[in-house]
Amino acid sequence: MEPSEQKGGGPKERFEVVLAGSGGQGLIVSAMLLCESAIREGRNVVQTQSYGIAARGGLSIAELIIDTEEIIFQQVQKPDIILALTGQAMERFAAFAEKGARVFFDTTGMTDRPGLNFLGFPFTKLAGDLNRTNAATLIALGAMVACTGMVRMDSLISAVRETFPEAAPANIEALGLGEGLVASRLREGAG
Amino acid sequence: MRLVQGNEAIARGALYAGARFYAGYPITPSSEVAEECSVVLPRMGGMYIQMEDEIASIAAVVGASLAGAKAFTATSGPGFSLMQENLGFAVMAEVPCVVVDVQRSGPSTGLATKPSQADVMQVRWGRHGDQAIIALCPASVRECFELTVQAFNFSETYRTPVVLVADEVVAHMRESLRVPEEGELAIIDRKKPSVPPSEYKPFEADEDGVAPLAAYGSPRVFHVSSSMHGPEGFSNNDPANAARKIDRIHRKLDMHRDEIVMTRSFDADDADVLVVAYGITVRASRAAAREARSKGVNAGVLQLQTLWPFADNEIRRAAAGARRVIVPEMNYAGQVAGEVQRVLGPERDIRGVNSYNGQILWPRDILETIMA
Repeated sequence: MEPSEQKGGGPKERFEVVLAGSGGQGLIVSAMLLCESAIREGRNVVQTQSYGIAARGGLSIAELIIDTEEIIFQQVQKPDIILALTGQAMERFAAFAEKGARVFFDTTGMTDRPGLNFLGFPFTKLAGDLNRTNAATLIALGAMVACTGMVRMDSLISAVRETFPEAAPANIEALGLGEGLVASRLREGAG
Repeated sequence: MRLVQGNEAIARGALYAGARFYAGYPITPSSEVAEECSVVLPRMGGMYIQMEDEIASIAAVVGASLAGAKAFTATSGPGFSLMQENLGFAVMAEVPCVVVDVQRSGPSTGLATKPSQADVMQVRWGRHGDQAIIALCPASVRECFELTVQAFNFSETYRTPVVLVADEVVAHMRESLRVPEEGELAIIDRKKPSVPPSEYKPFEADEDGVAPLAAYGSPRVFHVSSSMHGPEGFSNNDPANAARKIDRIHRKLDMHRDEIVMTRSFDADDADVLVVAYGITVRASRAAAREARSKGVNAGVLQLQTLWPFADNEIRRAAAGARRVIVPEMNYAGQVAGEVQRVLGPERDIRGVNSYNGQILWPRDILETIMA
């Protein structure tokens, strides 16, 4: 798991990201945090979403594109990074793993999947251990950022601080937990 | 740079333009405009009122504007339908105001959270009777801000209602936006009368076709009626007067159409295939045209920032050298395609690309018709 590089070397300049799960899991807020982080790094962003008429439950999808160039078409077409927090979300997006997208998913409610591009972690279980079930998405965000380098972790922490001034310590702890998941997976890989 | 949602940018643009009165009834996908106004307007000394429905909302907006405030409301689908009668009143009484219509998929309640571009003709003709109106259509968060400012400026300059025609995607989308500093964009206020109160006639137009507007509560007491009226504002059934009035509410926009009609060209000048697009569909069109160029077809996009009055001259010019014109839009009938055909004539190759199931158009949908 290395930070993404595009062909021809140099850091990757464009990321297309999908956060998918169930309404109420904080997917749109998470997409906004990633956008705020990228803006701090002087990059362009577009964030869109798709959802049904229920405020809680039902497939909910937040998308974002980060680019150093102008973003013309607003939707994700070739996702590089996907988060699937529910089985329904996984069904919808699993096929992109074969095309090179890295699919992060929650092993709390889903069985593990073979393949290098499927990255399963027990996000919801860990959030439960913190007694904050709603922190699962932030733990996932920490893992995704640590793994892909789509934004810098310090930018994300700064965005979290500004967005949730009062809850910042708990939220930054959740991000750190996600970052730690990736670090220990890397150690396992090396061992 | 800040991350800003389209609806938030509309609200911010309105406040930047000087709007200090909002009356509305929240409805998806426009609710964030109301939400933002409910927080910010009272802090600025303005007024936010949640009304009992959309009929009352537009009525309150018309009243507030006649009392001298820059006033607006935001709605969608069913709510926009309910506003038509009093929007017609605003046309007849020449009341400056802005109505934001964030289009969602219909008819009726339809797909409440899904986008569409099927209100184009309702915006133009939704009210009974002869009338003219201005409608602007943003394709980005930045344009949500800037075209809302422009909507107020047109509304104040020409003493007419202006509809900002957004769609669910552009309204809910977030992008990085640099909010202009105070004074960076021009802000226009309505013409005020200079004659003594005894001589003031609220519908006596200057040479530019626009009559100065006093404010209710000022020493210039005046009468406003939805019935046909003369220059002094009182009912008048004289046919010659009626003809003058109807002629003038059209002419005051016609004679300034070059200032009102705004388009943007993306490689449209030398295009063999011209895509005429508006709203969020501009972005898929630009991506498709760019891809077509990489495949050897000279495609370009003409964006209609102004939907009404229609961009007849601009389309004629941009399409002069094109062998095919494509109009992608999220409606069944091709509401803008029909207008483009009217402008260019029945012999021209004009093709629609239409989506009407609540799903947006993708670059591949448009590219297919460019390359066909």
